[in-house]
Amino acid sequence: MRRSRFPIAVTGLVLAFLYLPILILVANSFNPARYSSRWEGFSLVWYAKLFRSPEIWQAVRNTLLIAVSVTAVSVVLGTLAAYALHRWSSSRLQRLHFTLIYQPLVVPEILMGISLLMAFVAVGVPLGLFTIFLAHVTFCVSFVAMTVLGRLQDFDFSVIEAARDLGASPWQSTRRVLIPMLMPGIVAGGLLAFTLSVDDFVITFFVAGPGSTTLPLRIYSMIKYGAPPLINALSTLLLAVTLSAVLLSQHLADRRSGAG
Amino acid sequence: MNSEFLEFRDISKSFGAIRAVAGVSLGLKKGEFFSLLGPSGCGKTTMLRLAAGFEEPDAGRVFLDGRDITDLPPDKRKVNTIFQSYALFPHMTVRDNIAFGLAIAKRPKREIRAEVGRMLELIRMGDQAGKKPDQLSGGQKQRVAVARALINKPDVLLLDEPLAALDLKLRQKMLIELDLIHDEVGITFLYVTHDQAEAMSLSDRIAVMDGGRIEQVGTPAEIYESPRTSFVAAFIGDTNFLEGRIFDCPDRDYCRIAIPGLPEVVSFNDRAIQPGQPTYLSIRPEKVHISHERPETEARRNLLPAVVEDVIYLGSNTKYWVRAGSYRIQVLRQHARYFLDEQPIRWKDPCWIWWHADDGFMLDHFRKADESLLAVPPQRVGD
Repeated sequence: MRRSRFPIAVTGLVLAFLYLPILILVANSFNPARYSSRWEGFSLVWYAKLFRSPEIWQAVRNTLLIAVSVTAVSVVLGTLAAYALHRWSSSRLQRLHFTLIYQPLVVPEILMGISLLMAFVAVGVPLGLFTIFLAHVTFCVSFVAMTVLGRLQDFDFSVIEAARDLGASPWQSTRRVLIPMLMPGIVAGGLLAFTLSVDDFVITFFVAGPGSTTLPLRIYSMIKYGAPPLINALSTLLLAVTLSAVLLSQHLADRRSGAG
Repeated sequence: MNSEFLEFRDISKSFGAIRAVAGVSLGLKKGEFFSLLGPSGCGKTTMLRLAAGFEEPDAGRVFLDGRDITDLPPDKRKVNTIFQSYALFPHMTVRDNIAFGLAIAKRPKREIRAEVGRMLELIRMGDQAGKKPDQLSGGQKQRVAVARALINKPDVLLLDEPLAALDLKLRQKMLIELDLIHDEVGITFLYVTHDQAEAMSLSDRIAVMDGGRIEQVGTPAEIYESPRTSFVAAFIGDTNFLEGRIFDCPDRDYCRIAIPGLPEVVSFNDRAIQPGQPTYLSIRPEKVHISHERPETEARRNLLPAVVEDVIYLGSNTKYWVRAGSYRIQVLRQHARYFLDEQPIRWKDPCWIWWHADDGFMLDHFRKADESLLAVPPQRVGD
């Protein structure tokens, strides 16, 4: 029997639909033509222009500052949350905890953005980098916790007992056995948090204040005021950063426990 | 005061509604190879975890070398554990696994290197030192776990079913190796197992446990030859149970027992048992003799007519199931030199069985449920 060509055709169409726009965007970022989409030869002129723009640099600085601090804080909080969720998984309180941790993964972003904005206004926190940082931590913690929890599922806790048995204090057994064994999950969760923070738009849009423009916000305003080739270049760079972070995090998450 | 090296005193421990250990007192002597033997769920692993410090008793105290260690955390006890799952650190090499205890104790690097080298030699794995645990076979992991525990020079080594995860061949090899290591290092071993063959072949003494209690403590020979309870008799080896009533103890050492449906039986008595009491006898199959011809009547020989119901030829011996009165009695016969020249005992043959009064044991405690532990549960007519 001849194999049907239908599935392969559908797959091709879907892939084209998903990735063709991105490919065109990446290609255009190297195209020196200003308005036409006609290919006028390979050029880095838009990248050069990008690097000379102080507004872009300001946005990059804001984005990285937020992403790095969000990653640091959510890795610690997320790992602790995952440990608590796993260790006392049968307790009622932890089931509630799990639901709370899981919410940010399913709640629409726009809802989170609005509610966070309302909360900040109600408490009287001035909108700015700090509010963006807090907002990002709220959902990044969940992603870190879920990644680390996945690693804890097949963690044999008798190694912790073995460490204690061999003379390690609770802290020593955590530092020398538990954390090294969870490290691939922690790093994967951290990279995920970093990526999510770097390219978050919706929530950031609600809680940003004057002078706290991040890259996604800057791109949006550039579209509004028309500078498409610059956006192409910027988006390509952003794509490169997030894609490599995601690939690295997947690679680490896939590695079998203990191989690290 | 007392010579016990590791001592459990009136220990009780429950997990929720389950009583894992129910008022156990037990003492290990210094340097001895002591086994806790029992079926799964009998509380033996809980005892080991109490000694290691992973569990706290609800009641009772644990002493090591005269010191109360009940409230000490695991890292403050001079005991080390071999886990059933090995529990090697997967992110460390064999060398770092073995060195862990000394590294934690912050001993000088040079000393650690020398000690690890000695341990690698003891377990004959010097050429594998750089490997990670998941590159090792089951037996090698086991040996690394042994070395990792022994390098701390513990007062007591706790072994939690260390051979359960290995296949039969490897288990026999590791059995010999553990025995050699025990002889070499001379420290006290507390060995937890459900395998009676392991316990019998390694131990100086065995405590048989069931339902959170100790049924009997003794040398392997004592446990096998003179079981005190129906559980011990049935869990270790095979046996026959006879139920009767003592009606006379003519001299202090022997009692006459009436068993419904059988001729009177004489049995050795080493306890203060009074006539009139009900009693249960345990007789090991290999202590019972079988023949076509009626042997001579002797004092203290219990002789019964029987009919053969089943014969299983096993090469070095033959197993017979014979019917005597309402009992189905198991007889194990070693093959002597002229076995083939004799007239074979066949199915449905009438025969005689007999055993010496010293080979039947009156049990302190009998539980009907223990009969189900026997290879083939006895069938009684009318049951």
